[in-house]
Amino acid sequence: MCNQAVSLVAAELERQGIATVAIQLLRDVAERVRPPRALFVPFRHGYPLDLPSDPARQHAVVEAALRLLEISDSQPPVLVDLELPSR
Amino acid sequence: MGEIAEFSLAVRTFLRAYRWRKIDPVPWEPLEKPLSDCRLALVSSAGFVTPDQSVFDESARGGDVSFRSIPSDFPVADLIDTHRSDSFDHEGMVRDPNLAFPIDRVRELVESRRIHSVSEEHISFMGSITAPRRLVRDTAPEIARRLLEAEVDVALLVPV
Repeated sequence: MCNQAVSLVAAELERQGIATVAIQLLRDVAERVRPPRALFVPFRHGYPLDLPSDPARQHAVVEAALRLLEISDSQPPVLVDLELPSR
Repeated sequence: MGEIAEFSLAVRTFLRAYRWRKIDPVPWEPLEKPLSDCRLALVSSAGFVTPDQSVFDESARGGDVSFRSIPSDFPVADLIDTHRSDSFDHEGMVRDPNLAFPIDRVRELVESRRIHSVSEEHISFMGSITAPRRLVRDTAPEIARRLLEAEVDVALLVPV
C-alpha cells in the first residue's frame, strides 16, 4: 500500500510542477500504478534504503534515485532497477 | 527483496485481489535546471511524527490520509515510528529513521553541492491506505501546495 500511496502523491506533485522520483519495493505494483519516475530497489519492506546506520549504502540508493531526475529523453513512466554491488 | 510473498496469507490474499490505482496519463515535469540548483523535499510514508504531533490513526477506515510536516532541522533520531502495519519489520527504521526518511543523506547532498538546498519542511504520512480516493483528492494537492510554497523543485518519495 505504501508503494501505491507514494506513487499517487508523486503524480500530483508532478502535475503541479515538482519533479519527483519514487523508490519502489514492489516491481509489479510500480508497473501497475505507474509513478512518473521510479527506482525499484530489491530490499525487503521496511528497508527502502537497504541498511540502517550505513550512510554510504543509503547515499548510494539516494544517488541512484536522483539520477532518474536527470533523465530527459525518456517517456514516462520511467522504472529503473537499482544496480549496486552486493554486500 | 520486496515481494508480496513476505506478507501473511491474509495480506497476500487481499493484495492479489486488490485493484491498484493506475496513474493515467502519467504526468511528467522535466527538470528545467541542474540538480545543483534545485531544492529537495522528502515525502515518506513511514508514519513518522515528531513528539509534539499526533500519531496516525490506526482505526481510520481505508487508511489515515492525513500528513505531518517535519521541519528540516528536526533531529532525525527523535522521530517516532507510528506506522500501524505489522506486515514489515520496523526495527531498522526505529534504529535509524534515515532508512525511510533520509534527511541526513539529503543534508550531505547539499554539503557536496549535488543539490542546492533542502526544503524547510518535509512530509510524513502513513502509507497503509487501501482506499486512496481522499489521498488523491485532498491530501496530495495540499502536499503539493505546501511544497510549492516552500519553493521545492524536486521530491524524493520513500515508501516502506
